Amino acid sequence: MTGDESLFEYLLRLGDTDVVLAQRLGEWIGHGPVLEEDIGLANVGLDLLGQGRMWLSLAGEVEARFRGTGRDEDQLAFLRDGGAYRNLQLAEMPNGDFAMTMARQFYFDQWHTLLLRELAHSAEPRIAEIAAKAAKEAAYHVERSADWIVRLGDGTAESHARMQRALDALWPYTGEMFAADAVEQALAAAGIVPALDALRDPWHAAVAAVVTEATLALPSGEWMQGAQGRGGTQGLHTAHLGHLLAQMQYLQRAYPGATW
Amino acid sequence: MSTEWPLWEIFIRSQHGLAHKHVGSLHAPDAELAVKNARDVYTRRNEGVSIWAVRSADIVASSPDDREALFDPAGSKVYRHPTFFPMPDGVKHL
Repeated sequence: MTGDESLFEYLLRLGDTDVVLAQRLGEWIGHGPVLEEDIGLANVGLDLLGQGRMWLSLAGEVEARFRGTGRDEDQLAFLRDGGAYRNLQLAEMPNGDFAMTMARQFYFDQWHTLLLRELAHSAEPRIAEIAAKAAKEAAYHVERSADWIVRLGDGTAESHARMQRALDALWPYTGEMFAADAVEQALAAAGIVPALDALRDPWHAAVAAVVTEATLALPSGEWMQGAQGRGGTQGLHTAHLGHLLAQMQYLQRAYPGATW
Repeated sequence: MSTEWPLWEIFIRSQHGLAHKHVGSLHAPDAELAVKNARDVYTRRNEGVSIWAVRSADIVASSPDDREALFDPAGSKVYRHPTFFPMPDGVKHL
């Protein structure tokens, strides 16, 4: 893989994870527990969608450098099948109950904010620019999701039990965030992305602090889904992604090129 | 669920130098989340630089029934309006 091919691959990982998680959060619109939360979740989703667009647009430009022509953000988002998607499996996990949605968001936000802060110093200036902008949004997201972990964990007996169940259920999907394959290793060597495993300890410490404050127990399972170079970032997904994409891509698939 | 959460009145300062202005109300379980919810509900379009959240229950309001006693007496006191002074030439925006 040339440098540009690795870069393209990595930008898909960033962009696809944002877009897929944004789609999941969008599923809450009209179904939130209260109006305020409904809007709050949609805001986070829209932030991620905006970030996803920037990553995918850049991916298309990079693609054009080694393939002659590159796809635009819409073609990349709406016309790729599941196997070509490079998002983290964590992002495609179903919404479940509100605790499940917040646990997914919390694990992701804690990682996302660490990653973006590092990417803001990337040797690739376009990546640094996008990351610097996105990092501000992510800093708010993580505050928000951490708040909810604490309130639900340290809330009623039922909210505590549901929150714990959600943290436990999604824990095996957190390992993929720190598993660097050849693509990330090559880019890390070039100073374009941080070493992913260096994010693990700060992530673990930040997550543990919130979980403890929430009177919850930090899961300790060591087996991690998709962490051995066979995860969503390599195109291996759970059964959930296909359903998500079927809904998300329906319009462009049924009416190619439709605009409104 | 929303009926269990207290109501908060939200005030937004739209730019430095202006006063906070009441923009509406929302439900939130506590003060911190009231500010965060206000950010999400009322500042989506760049409306503000500062948010105040006040428990609606903590606001002391005048009663509509007292309207006559409170406000009518001010109606007939034109001498309280500074309209009886001759304006010096050259002062335009007083």
